[in-house]
Amino acid sequence: MTTKTKPRFDASAIFLPALAVLLLLMLWAMTSSTLSKNLPSPAKTWEVSKPFVTAPFEKRGELDQGVARFAWYSLLLVAKGYAIALLLGAPLGFILGWSKLFAKSFDPIIQVLRPVSPLAWLPLGLVLFEKSHPAALFTIAICAMWPTVLNTALGVRSIPQDYLNVARVLQLSPTKTFFKVLLPAALPYMFTGFRLSLGIAWLVIVAVEMLTGTPGIGGFLWQEYNSLIYEHIILCILTIGIVGFVLDRLMSAVEHRLKAA
Amino acid sequence: MADAGFLELGGVCKGYGTGDARSEVLADIDLSVARGELVCIVGYSGAGKTTLVSMMAGLTAPDRGTITLAGKPVTGPGAERGVVFQNYSLLPWLTAFENVYLAVDQRFAEWPKEKKRAHATQHLALVNLAAARDKRPSELSGGMRQRVALARALAADPEVLLMDEPLSALDALTRATLQDEIARIWETSKKTIVLITNDVDEALLLADRIIPLSVGPAATFGPAIAVPIPRPRDRKSMNHDARFKAVRNEVIAYLLGPGRRRGEADRAAAPVALANASESGAEVAA
Repeated sequence: MTTKTKPRFDASAIFLPALAVLLLLMLWAMTSSTLSKNLPSPAKTWEVSKPFVTAPFEKRGELDQGVARFAWYSLLLVAKGYAIALLLGAPLGFILGWSKLFAKSFDPIIQVLRPVSPLAWLPLGLVLFEKSHPAALFTIAICAMWPTVLNTALGVRSIPQDYLNVARVLQLSPTKTFFKVLLPAALPYMFTGFRLSLGIAWLVIVAVEMLTGTPGIGGFLWQEYNSLIYEHIILCILTIGIVGFVLDRLMSAVEHRLKAA
Repeated sequence: MADAGFLELGGVCKGYGTGDARSEVLADIDLSVARGELVCIVGYSGAGKTTLVSMMAGLTAPDRGTITLAGKPVTGPGAERGVVFQNYSLLPWLTAFENVYLAVDQRFAEWPKEKKRAHATQHLALVNLAAARDKRPSELSGGMRQRVALARALAADPEVLLMDEPLSALDALTRATLQDEIARIWETSKKTIVLITNDVDEALLLADRIIPLSVGPAATFGPAIAVPIPRPRDRKSMNHDARFKAVRNEVIAYLLGPGRRRGEADRAAAPVALANASESGAEVAA
Protein backbone atom coordinates (compact mmCIF):
# COMPACT_ATOMS: atom_id res chain seq x y z
CA MET A 1 0.00 0.00 0.00
CA THR A 2 1.39 3.34 -0.97
CA THR A 3 0.76 6.22 1.37
CA LYS A 4 1.22 9.55 -0.30
CA THR A 5 0.86 12.43 2.09
CA LYS A 6 1.76 15.15 -0.43
CA PRO A 7 0.31 15.40 -3.91
CA ARG A 8 3.00 14.84 -6.50
CA PHE A 9 4.36 18.07 -7.99
CA ASP A 10 2.67 18.57 -11.31
CA ALA A 11 5.55 19.45 -13.63
CA SER A 12 3.32 19.63 -16.67
CA ALA A 13 1.57 22.71 -15.24
CA ILE A 14 4.82 24.66 -15.69
CA PHE A 15 6.44 22.69 -18.48
CA LEU A 16 3.58 22.77 -20.99
CA PRO A 17 2.86 26.52 -20.87
CA ALA A 18 6.62 27.21 -21.09
CA LEU A 19 6.80 25.04 -24.18
CA ALA A 20 3.86 26.92 -25.72
CA VAL A 21 5.54 30.26 -25.05
CA LEU A 22 8.73 29.01 -26.65
CA LEU A 23 6.79 27.85 -29.69
CA LEU A 24 5.08 31.21 -30.04
CA LEU A 25 8.41 33.05 -29.75
CA MET A 26 9.84 30.87 -32.52
CA LEU A 27 6.84 31.50 -34.73
CA TRP A 28 7.16 35.22 -34.04
CA ALA A 29 10.89 35.21 -34.82
CA MET A 30 10.29 33.29 -38.05
CA THR A 31 7.48 35.63 -39.14
CA SER A 32 9.55 38.75 -38.47
CA SER A 33 12.53 37.40 -40.44
CA THR A 34 10.57 36.10 -43.43
CA LEU A 35 6.99 37.23 -43.96
CA SER A 36 6.82 40.66 -42.41
CA LYS A 37 10.05 42.59 -42.22
CA ASN A 38 8.35 45.45 -40.31
CA LEU A 39 7.53 43.18 -37.39
CA PRO A 40 10.37 43.48 -34.87
CA SER A 41 11.94 40.21 -33.79
CA PRO A 42 11.62 39.04 -30.17
CA ALA A 43 15.28 39.83 -29.48
CA LYS A 44 14.96 43.31 -30.96
CA THR A 45 11.77 43.94 -29.02
CA TRP A 46 13.45 43.03 -25.75
CA GLU A 47 16.48 45.15 -26.52
CA VAL A 48 14.45 48.28 -27.31
CA SER A 49 11.96 47.74 -24.47
CA LYS A 50 14.55 46.95 -21.84
CA PRO A 51 14.79 50.42 -20.22
CA PHE A 52 10.98 50.55 -19.89
CA VAL A 53 10.80 47.17 -18.23
CA THR A 54 13.88 47.19 -16.01
CA ALA A 55 12.99 50.62 -14.62
CA PRO A 56 9.21 50.33 -14.74
CA PHE A 57 8.49 53.39 -12.57
CA GLU A 58 11.10 55.68 -14.10
CA LYS A 59 9.94 59.04 -15.43
CA ARG A 60 12.45 60.42 -17.90
CA GLY A 61 10.03 62.71 -19.70
CA GLU A 62 6.31 63.10 -20.41
CA LEU A 63 6.42 60.53 -23.23
CA ASP A 64 9.29 58.46 -21.89
CA GLN A 65 8.20 56.61 -18.76
CA GLY A 66 8.39 53.03 -17.46
CA VAL A 67 5.58 50.64 -18.44
CA ALA A 68 4.37 50.20 -14.88
CA ARG A 69 4.05 53.98 -14.59
CA PHE A 70 1.98 54.15 -17.77
CA ALA A 71 -0.09 51.20 -16.64
CA TRP A 72 -0.64 52.97 -13.31
CA TYR A 73 -2.05 56.05 -15.07
CA SER A 74 -4.39 53.82 -17.01
CA LEU A 75 -5.42 51.98 -13.86
CA LEU A 76 -6.28 55.23 -12.11
CA LEU A 77 -8.52 56.26 -14.98
CA VAL A 78 -10.09 52.82 -15.10
CA ALA A 79 -10.71 52.89 -11.34
CA LYS A 80 -12.66 56.14 -11.64
CA GLY A 81 -14.68 55.04 -14.66
CA TYR A 82 -15.28 51.61 -13.12
CA ALA A 83 -16.49 53.17 -9.87
CA ILE A 84 -19.02 55.22 -11.83
CA ALA A 85 -20.07 52.07 -13.73
CA LEU A 86 -20.74 50.21 -10.47
CA LEU A 87 -22.52 53.14 -8.84
CA LEU A 88 -24.85 53.41 -11.82
CA GLY A 89 -25.02 49.74 -12.78
CA ALA A 90 -25.76 48.10 -9.43
CA PRO A 91 -28.83 50.22 -8.54
CA LEU A 92 -30.09 50.00 -12.12
CA GLY A 93 -29.69 46.23 -12.00
CA PHE A 94 -31.54 46.07 -8.69
CA ILE A 95 -34.51 47.97 -10.07
CA LEU A 96 -34.43 45.89 -13.23
CA GLY A 97 -34.42 42.66 -11.24
CA TRP A 98 -37.06 43.78 -8.78
CA SER A 99 -39.68 45.38 -11.00
CA LYS A 100 -41.11 43.33 -13.84
CA LEU A 101 -42.67 46.48 -15.27
CA PHE A 102 -39.34 48.26 -15.32
CA ALA A 103 -37.60 45.24 -16.83
CA LYS A 104 -40.21 44.96 -19.56
CA SER A 105 -39.94 48.66 -20.37
CA PHE A 106 -36.20 49.08 -20.38
CA ASP A 107 -34.87 45.72 -21.47
CA PRO A 108 -35.01 46.51 -25.22
CA ILE A 109 -33.12 49.76 -24.69
CA ILE A 110 -30.43 47.98 -22.70
CA GLN A 111 -30.11 45.26 -25.31
CA VAL A 112 -29.59 47.91 -27.99
CA LEU A 113 -27.11 50.03 -26.03
CA ARG A 114 -25.10 47.11 -24.70
CA PRO A 115 -23.26 46.11 -27.90
CA VAL A 116 -22.26 49.68 -28.80
CA SER A 117 -18.47 49.97 -29.11
CA PRO A 118 -16.46 52.36 -26.92
CA LEU A 119 -15.23 53.99 -30.11
CA ALA A 120 -18.81 55.08 -30.77
CA TRP A 121 -19.47 56.42 -27.27
CA LEU A 122 -16.31 58.51 -27.00
CA PRO A 123 -17.22 61.21 -29.55
CA LEU A 124 -20.59 61.60 -27.83
CA GLY A 125 -18.75 62.00 -24.53
CA LEU A 126 -16.53 64.66 -26.06
CA VAL A 127 -19.60 66.49 -27.36
CA LEU A 128 -21.28 66.28 -23.96
CA PHE A 129 -18.35 67.17 -21.72
CA GLU A 130 -16.04 69.05 -24.11
CA LYS A 131 -12.98 67.70 -22.31
CA SER A 132 -11.16 64.43 -22.82
CA HIS A 133 -10.95 63.38 -19.15
CA PRO A 134 -14.69 63.35 -18.34
CA ALA A 135 -15.39 61.99 -21.83
CA ALA A 136 -13.03 59.10 -21.08
CA LEU A 137 -14.77 58.41 -17.76
CA PHE A 138 -18.17 58.57 -19.46
CA THR A 139 -17.08 56.07 -22.09
CA ILE A 140 -15.58 53.62 -19.60
CA ALA A 141 -18.60 53.84 -17.34
CA ILE A 142 -21.22 53.39 -20.04
CA CYS A 143 -19.40 50.49 -21.71
CA ALA A 144 -18.41 48.69 -18.52
CA MET A 145 -21.68 48.88 -16.60
CA TRP A 146 -23.78 46.40 -18.59
CA PRO A 147 -22.47 43.15 -17.09
CA THR A 148 -23.04 44.65 -13.63
CA VAL A 149 -26.57 45.72 -14.58
CA LEU A 150 -27.54 42.36 -16.06
CA ASN A 151 -25.90 40.17 -13.41
CA THR A 152 -27.33 42.24 -10.57
CA ALA A 153 -30.77 41.93 -12.14
CA LEU A 154 -30.27 38.17 -12.47
CA GLY A 155 -29.09 38.01 -8.85
CA VAL A 156 -32.15 39.84 -7.61
CA ARG A 157 -34.46 37.67 -9.69
CA SER A 158 -32.75 34.56 -8.31
CA ILE A 159 -33.33 35.40 -4.65
CA PRO A 160 -35.23 32.39 -3.29
CA GLN A 161 -38.83 33.08 -2.33
CA ASP A 162 -38.02 31.47 1.04
CA TYR A 163 -35.76 34.37 1.99
CA LEU A 164 -38.42 36.87 1.00
CA ASN A 165 -40.97 34.94 3.07
CA VAL A 166 -38.63 35.07 6.06
CA ALA A 167 -38.28 38.83 5.65
CA ARG A 168 -42.06 39.18 5.51
CA VAL A 169 -42.77 36.85 8.42
CA LEU A 170 -40.19 38.65 10.58
CA GLN A 171 -41.67 41.93 9.34
CA LEU A 172 -38.28 43.39 8.50
CA SER A 173 -38.33 47.04 7.49
CA PRO A 174 -37.58 47.81 3.83
CA THR A 175 -34.07 49.00 4.75
CA LYS A 176 -33.37 45.90 6.77
CA THR A 177 -34.85 43.63 4.12
CA PHE A 178 -32.53 45.25 1.61
CA PHE A 179 -29.30 45.08 3.63
CA LYS A 180 -29.91 41.83 5.51
CA VAL A 181 -31.68 39.77 2.86
CA LEU A 182 -31.73 41.11 -0.71
CA LEU A 183 -28.19 42.43 -0.96
CA PRO A 184 -26.40 39.42 0.58
CA ALA A 185 -28.52 37.05 -1.51
CA ALA A 186 -27.72 38.86 -4.76
CA LEU A 187 -24.07 39.62 -3.98
CA PRO A 188 -22.46 36.52 -5.52
CA TYR A 189 -24.18 37.25 -8.84
CA MET A 190 -23.31 40.91 -8.57
CA PHE A 191 -19.65 40.06 -8.16
CA THR A 192 -19.66 38.06 -11.37
CA GLY A 193 -20.96 41.23 -13.00
CA PHE A 194 -18.31 43.34 -11.26
CA ARG A 195 -15.55 41.06 -12.57
CA LEU A 196 -16.83 41.14 -16.16
CA SER A 197 -17.30 44.91 -15.94
CA LEU A 198 -13.71 45.37 -14.84
CA GLY A 199 -12.53 43.32 -17.81
CA ILE A 200 -14.49 45.56 -20.17
CA ALA A 201 -13.29 48.74 -18.45
CA TRP A 202 -9.72 47.60 -19.03
CA LEU A 203 -10.49 46.88 -22.70
CA VAL A 204 -12.09 50.29 -23.14
CA ILE A 205 -9.26 52.26 -21.55
CA VAL A 206 -6.82 51.46 -24.33
CA ALA A 207 -9.19 52.63 -27.05
CA VAL A 208 -10.08 55.75 -25.09
CA GLU A 209 -6.46 56.70 -24.47
CA MET A 210 -5.55 56.13 -28.08
CA LEU A 211 -8.30 58.46 -29.24
CA THR A 212 -7.83 61.17 -26.62
CA GLY A 213 -4.05 61.05 -26.27
CA THR A 214 -4.29 60.67 -22.51
CA PRO A 215 -1.01 59.49 -20.97
CA GLY A 216 -1.31 55.82 -20.11
CA ILE A 217 -0.49 52.45 -21.54
CA GLY A 218 -2.88 52.90 -24.49
CA GLY A 219 -1.74 56.45 -25.17
CA PHE A 220 1.87 55.29 -25.11
CA LEU A 221 1.05 52.51 -27.58
CA TRP A 222 -0.49 54.94 -30.06
CA GLN A 223 2.29 57.48 -29.67
CA GLU A 224 4.99 54.86 -30.29
CA TYR A 225 3.10 53.70 -33.38
CA ASN A 226 3.20 57.26 -34.66
CA SER A 227 6.91 57.44 -33.78
CA LEU A 228 7.49 54.21 -35.72
CA ILE A 229 8.91 52.41 -32.66
CA TYR A 230 7.07 49.16 -33.32
CA GLU A 231 8.87 47.24 -30.58
CA HIS A 232 6.97 49.27 -28.02
CA ILE A 233 3.63 48.30 -29.52
CA ILE A 234 4.41 44.72 -28.61
CA LEU A 235 5.63 45.78 -25.19
CA CYS A 236 2.34 47.61 -24.62
CA ILE A 237 0.22 44.68 -25.80
CA LEU A 238 2.01 42.36 -23.38
CA THR A 239 1.65 44.84 -20.51
CA ILE A 240 -2.07 45.34 -21.19
CA GLY A 241 -2.58 41.60 -21.29
CA ILE A 242 -0.70 40.92 -18.09
CA VAL A 243 -2.43 43.70 -16.15
CA GLY A 244 -5.83 42.52 -17.40
CA PHE A 245 -5.00 38.96 -16.39
CA VAL A 246 -3.94 40.01 -12.88
CA LEU A 247 -7.10 42.11 -12.42
CA ASP A 248 -9.29 39.19 -13.44
CA ARG A 249 -7.47 36.81 -11.08
CA LEU A 250 -7.87 39.22 -8.18
CA MET A 251 -11.58 39.69 -8.84
CA SER A 252 -12.27 36.01 -9.23
CA ALA A 253 -10.43 35.30 -5.97
CA VAL A 254 -12.81 37.70 -4.19
CA GLU A 255 -15.75 36.20 -6.06
CA HIS A 256 -14.85 32.67 -4.97
CA ARG A 257 -14.58 33.73 -1.37
CA LEU A 258 -18.03 35.29 -1.58
CA LYS A 259 -19.57 32.23 -3.17
CA ALA A 260 -18.01 29.91 -0.65
CA ALA A 261 -19.44 31.91 2.24
CA MET B 1 -60.67 24.60 27.21
CA ALA B 2 -60.56 28.31 27.84
CA ASP B 3 -60.56 30.75 24.99
CA ALA B 4 -61.74 28.35 22.33
CA GLY B 5 -61.61 29.75 18.84
CA PHE B 6 -58.38 31.63 19.38
CA LEU B 7 -57.27 30.94 15.81
CA GLU B 8 -60.28 30.62 13.53
CA LEU B 9 -60.56 29.73 9.86
CA GLY B 10 -64.04 29.95 8.34
CA GLY B 11 -64.91 28.69 4.85
CA VAL B 12 -61.42 29.29 3.55
CA CYS B 13 -60.90 28.50 -0.15
CA LYS B 14 -57.80 28.93 -2.21
CA GLY B 15 -57.01 28.10 -5.82
CA TYR B 16 -54.57 29.07 -8.51
CA GLY B 17 -55.16 30.17 -12.07
CA THR B 18 -58.29 31.63 -13.60
CA GLY B 19 -61.14 30.42 -15.80
CA ASP B 20 -60.83 26.89 -17.13
CA ALA B 21 -57.23 26.63 -16.00
CA ARG B 22 -58.23 27.30 -12.42
CA SER B 23 -57.62 24.55 -9.92
CA GLU B 24 -58.93 24.61 -6.40
CA VAL B 25 -56.26 23.70 -3.88
CA LEU B 26 -58.20 24.04 -0.68
CA ALA B 27 -61.97 24.16 -0.29
CA ASP B 28 -64.17 25.02 2.68
CA ILE B 29 -61.52 24.85 5.35
CA ASP B 30 -62.97 25.39 8.82
CA LEU B 31 -60.72 25.30 11.82
CA SER B 32 -60.90 26.47 15.38
CA VAL B 33 -57.82 26.23 17.55
CA ALA B 34 -57.97 27.01 21.25
CA ARG B 35 -55.29 29.05 22.98
CA GLY B 36 -52.50 26.77 24.14
CA GLU B 37 -53.67 23.87 22.00
CA LEU B 38 -51.36 21.78 19.84
CA VAL B 39 -53.16 20.81 16.66
CA CYS B 40 -51.65 18.57 14.00
CA ILE B 41 -52.93 18.62 10.46
CA VAL B 42 -52.10 15.38 8.68
CA GLY B 43 -52.50 15.03 4.97
CA TYR B 44 -51.27 13.88 1.61
CA SER B 45 -48.30 15.46 -0.11
CA GLY B 46 -49.40 18.09 -2.56
CA ALA B 47 -52.77 18.53 -0.86
CA GLY B 48 -52.11 22.20 -0.13
CA LYS B 49 -50.68 21.99 3.36
CA THR B 50 -48.06 24.63 2.62
CA THR B 51 -50.71 26.88 1.09
CA LEU B 52 -52.69 26.51 4.30
CA VAL B 53 -49.72 27.60 6.43
CA SER B 54 -49.00 30.50 4.06
CA MET B 55 -52.53 31.76 4.53
CA MET B 56 -52.42 31.46 8.32
CA ALA B 57 -49.04 33.21 8.29
CA GLY B 58 -50.51 35.98 6.16
CA LEU B 59 -48.14 35.43 3.26
CA THR B 60 -51.03 34.74 0.88
CA ALA B 61 -54.65 35.75 1.18
CA PRO B 62 -57.49 33.23 0.86
CA ASP B 63 -59.78 33.62 -2.16
CA ARG B 64 -62.81 33.24 0.06
CA GLY B 65 -63.41 32.84 3.76
CA THR B 66 -61.93 34.42 6.84
CA ILE B 67 -58.95 33.86 9.10
CA THR B 68 -58.96 35.50 12.51
CA LEU B 69 -56.61 35.41 15.47
CA ALA B 70 -58.10 36.43 18.81
CA GLY B 71 -60.99 37.94 16.88
CA LYS B 72 -58.82 40.12 14.66
CA PRO B 73 -58.71 39.32 10.94
CA VAL B 74 -55.37 38.17 9.55
CA THR B 75 -54.42 40.45 6.66
CA GLY B 76 -50.65 40.00 6.50
CA PRO B 77 -47.69 38.61 8.40
CA GLY B 78 -47.59 39.52 12.05
CA ALA B 79 -45.28 39.11 15.01
CA GLU B 80 -47.99 37.24 16.92
CA ARG B 81 -47.65 34.39 14.43
CA GLY B 82 -44.28 32.64 14.19
CA VAL B 83 -43.54 30.37 11.26
CA VAL B 84 -41.18 27.41 10.97
CA PHE B 85 -40.72 26.54 7.32
CA GLN B 86 -40.26 23.06 5.91
CA ASN B 87 -36.86 23.89 4.37
CA TYR B 88 -35.57 25.84 7.42
CA SER B 89 -35.24 29.07 5.40
CA LEU B 90 -32.25 30.28 7.36
CA LEU B 91 -30.21 33.05 5.83
CA PRO B 92 -26.98 31.28 4.82
CA TRP B 93 -24.74 34.33 5.21
CA LEU B 94 -25.66 34.74 8.88
CA THR B 95 -24.52 32.54 11.78
CA ALA B 96 -27.02 30.63 13.88
CA PHE B 97 -26.92 33.42 16.44
CA GLU B 98 -27.32 36.16 13.83
CA ASN B 99 -30.30 34.39 12.29
CA VAL B 100 -32.04 34.35 15.66
CA TYR B 101 -30.86 37.86 16.51
CA LEU B 102 -32.39 39.22 13.30
CA ALA B 103 -35.82 38.19 14.57
CA VAL B 104 -35.19 39.48 18.10
CA ASP B 105 -33.84 42.79 16.83
CA GLN B 106 -36.95 43.34 14.75
CA ARG B 107 -39.47 42.19 17.33
CA PHE B 108 -37.97 43.91 20.35
CA ALA B 109 -36.41 46.90 18.65
CA GLU B 110 -36.76 49.05 21.76
CA TRP B 111 -34.76 46.72 24.01
CA PRO B 112 -31.14 47.57 24.82
CA LYS B 113 -28.66 45.65 22.71
CA GLU B 114 -27.39 43.50 25.58
CA LYS B 115 -30.90 42.35 26.41
CA LYS B 116 -31.56 41.44 22.77
CA ARG B 117 -28.32 39.46 22.57
CA ALA B 118 -29.08 37.64 25.80
CA HIS B 119 -32.57 36.83 24.55
CA ALA B 120 -31.22 35.36 21.31
CA THR B 121 -28.56 33.36 23.18
CA GLN B 122 -31.16 32.05 25.58
CA HIS B 123 -33.35 30.78 22.74
CA LEU B 124 -30.43 29.05 21.07
CA ALA B 125 -29.81 27.33 24.39
CA LEU B 126 -33.50 26.39 24.56
CA VAL B 127 -33.07 24.26 21.43
CA ASN B 128 -29.70 22.92 22.68
CA LEU B 129 -27.63 24.85 20.19
CA ALA B 130 -25.61 27.08 22.50
CA ALA B 131 -22.38 25.52 21.23
CA ALA B 132 -23.20 26.13 17.58
CA ARG B 133 -24.04 29.81 17.89
CA ASP B 134 -21.27 31.04 15.60
CA LYS B 135 -21.70 28.41 12.91
CA ARG B 136 -23.29 29.18 9.58
CA PRO B 137 -26.22 27.06 8.35
CA SER B 138 -23.96 25.30 5.84
CA GLU B 139 -21.90 23.96 8.75
CA LEU B 140 -24.96 22.60 10.56
CA SER B 141 -26.83 19.34 10.05
CA GLY B 142 -30.44 19.37 8.92
CA GLY B 143 -31.68 18.81 12.44
CA MET B 144 -29.54 21.63 13.80
CA ARG B 145 -30.75 23.98 11.08
CA GLN B 146 -34.33 23.25 11.97
CA ARG B 147 -33.50 23.91 15.63
CA VAL B 148 -32.16 27.32 14.65
CA ALA B 149 -35.34 27.99 12.68
CA LEU B 150 -37.36 26.92 15.71
CA ALA B 151 -35.30 29.19 17.97
CA ARG B 152 -35.78 32.07 15.55
CA ALA B 153 -39.54 31.61 15.56
CA LEU B 154 -39.73 31.21 19.35
CA ALA B 155 -37.41 34.14 20.09
CA ALA B 156 -39.92 36.55 18.56
CA ASP B 157 -42.32 35.30 21.24
CA PRO B 158 -45.32 34.64 19.00
CA GLU B 159 -48.72 33.69 20.33
CA VAL B 160 -49.13 31.03 17.69
CA LEU B 161 -46.43 28.88 16.17
CA LEU B 162 -47.18 27.63 12.66
CA MET B 163 -45.00 24.72 11.59
CA ASP B 164 -45.03 23.48 8.02
CA GLU B 165 -43.74 19.91 7.93
CA PRO B 166 -40.83 21.03 10.08
CA LEU B 167 -39.31 17.58 10.43
CA SER B 168 -40.10 15.93 7.12
CA ALA B 169 -36.64 16.54 5.65
CA LEU B 170 -34.88 14.90 8.59
CA ASP B 171 -33.78 11.33 9.17
CA ALA B 172 -35.86 9.22 11.54
CA LEU B 173 -33.57 9.47 14.58
CA THR B 174 -33.18 13.23 14.32
CA ARG B 175 -36.89 13.55 13.76
CA ALA B 176 -37.63 11.60 16.94
CA THR B 177 -35.31 13.82 18.98
CA LEU B 178 -36.85 16.98 17.62
CA GLN B 179 -40.37 15.68 18.17
CA ASP B 180 -39.50 15.27 21.83
CA GLU B 181 -38.09 18.78 21.93
CA ILE B 182 -41.15 20.28 20.34
CA ALA B 183 -43.26 18.45 22.93
CA ARG B 184 -41.02 19.76 25.72
CA ILE B 185 -41.04 23.34 24.42
CA TRP B 186 -44.80 23.26 24.00
CA GLU B 187 -45.23 21.97 27.57
CA THR B 188 -43.09 24.73 29.05
CA SER B 189 -44.12 27.65 26.84
CA LYS B 190 -47.77 26.66 26.42
CA LYS B 191 -47.84 28.32 23.04
CA THR B 192 -50.57 27.57 20.57
CA ILE B 193 -49.07 25.34 17.88
CA VAL B 194 -50.44 24.32 14.51
CA LEU B 195 -48.15 21.64 13.14
CA ILE B 196 -48.56 20.28 9.65
CA THR B 197 -47.19 16.86 8.91
CA ASN B 198 -47.53 13.84 6.67
CA ASP B 199 -46.47 11.51 9.46
CA VAL B 200 -49.41 10.07 11.42
CA ASP B 201 -47.21 8.88 14.29
CA GLU B 202 -45.70 12.33 14.67
CA ALA B 203 -49.19 13.70 15.09
CA LEU B 204 -50.02 10.91 17.60
CA LEU B 205 -47.04 11.85 19.74
CA LEU B 206 -47.57 15.58 19.71
CA ALA B 207 -51.18 16.55 19.10
CA ASP B 208 -54.08 17.36 21.34
CA ARG B 209 -56.18 17.03 18.23
CA ILE B 210 -55.45 15.56 14.81
CA ILE B 211 -57.21 16.99 11.78
CA PRO B 212 -56.88 14.94 8.61
CA LEU B 213 -56.71 16.77 5.30
CA SER B 214 -58.19 14.97 2.32
CA VAL B 215 -56.37 14.48 -0.94
CA GLY B 216 -56.39 17.38 -3.42
CA PRO B 217 -57.50 19.11 -5.55
CA ALA B 218 -60.00 21.02 -3.45
CA ALA B 219 -58.67 19.35 -0.33
CA THR B 220 -60.70 19.82 2.81
CA PHE B 221 -60.61 18.80 6.47
CA GLY B 222 -62.03 15.57 7.75
CA PRO B 223 -63.50 15.30 11.25
CA ALA B 224 -61.11 16.30 14.01
CA ILE B 225 -59.86 13.39 16.09
CA ALA B 226 -58.96 14.02 19.71
CA VAL B 227 -55.86 12.32 21.12
CA PRO B 228 -56.82 11.55 24.72
CA ILE B 229 -53.43 10.18 25.69
CA PRO B 230 -51.68 11.64 28.74
CA ARG B 231 -48.30 13.28 28.37
CA PRO B 232 -45.43 12.67 28.28
CA ARG B 233 -46.23 10.13 25.58
CA ASP B 234 -43.95 7.19 25.21
CA ARG B 235 -43.02 6.44 21.63
CA LYS B 236 -41.93 2.93 22.58
CA SER B 237 -45.45 2.02 23.60
CA MET B 238 -46.99 3.33 20.40
CA ASN B 239 -47.13 -0.02 18.70
CA HIS B 240 -48.91 -1.94 21.41
CA ASP B 241 -50.79 0.66 23.43
CA ALA B 242 -54.47 0.29 22.54
CA ARG B 243 -55.13 4.04 22.80
CA PHE B 244 -52.46 4.87 20.25
CA LYS B 245 -53.74 2.15 17.98
CA ALA B 246 -57.31 3.36 18.22
CA VAL B 247 -56.46 6.94 17.25
CA ARG B 248 -54.07 5.85 14.53
CA ASN B 249 -56.72 3.60 13.01
CA GLU B 250 -59.23 6.41 13.08
CA VAL B 251 -56.88 8.80 11.28
CA ILE B 252 -55.83 6.23 8.71
CA ALA B 253 -59.41 5.12 8.17
CA TYR B 254 -60.29 8.65 7.15
CA LEU B 255 -57.20 9.27 5.01
CA LEU B 256 -57.58 6.02 3.11
CA GLY B 257 -61.36 6.12 3.07
CA PRO B 258 -63.42 9.30 2.75
CA GLY B 259 -60.27 11.45 2.52
CA ARG B 260 -59.25 9.67 -0.61
CA ARG B 261 -62.62 9.50 -2.35
CA ARG B 262 -61.78 12.40 -4.64
CA GLY B 263 -60.24 9.91 -7.02
CA GLU B 264 -56.90 11.61 -7.19
CA ALA B 265 -55.21 9.41 -4.66
CA ASP B 266 -53.10 7.59 -7.21
CA ARG B 267 -51.37 10.80 -8.12
CA ALA B 268 -50.76 11.92 -4.58
CA ALA B 269 -48.22 10.24 -2.39
CA ALA B 270 -49.74 8.70 0.69
CA PRO B 271 -48.59 10.00 4.05
CA VAL B 272 -45.39 8.23 4.97
CA ALA B 273 -46.69 6.55 8.04
CA LEU B 274 -49.49 4.81 6.17
CA ALA B 275 -47.23 2.44 4.31
CA ASN B 276 -45.67 0.99 7.41
CA ALA B 277 -48.21 2.02 10.00
CA SER B 278 -48.01 -1.29 11.79
CA GLU B 279 -44.26 -1.11 12.24
CA SER B 280 -43.65 2.60 12.49
CA GLY B 281 -42.30 3.73 15.78
CA ALA B 282 -40.05 0.72 15.68
CA GLU B 283 -37.70 2.54 13.36
CA VAL B 284 -37.16 5.34 15.81
CA ALA B 285 -37.27 3.31 18.97
CA ALA B 286 -34.78 0.74 17.76
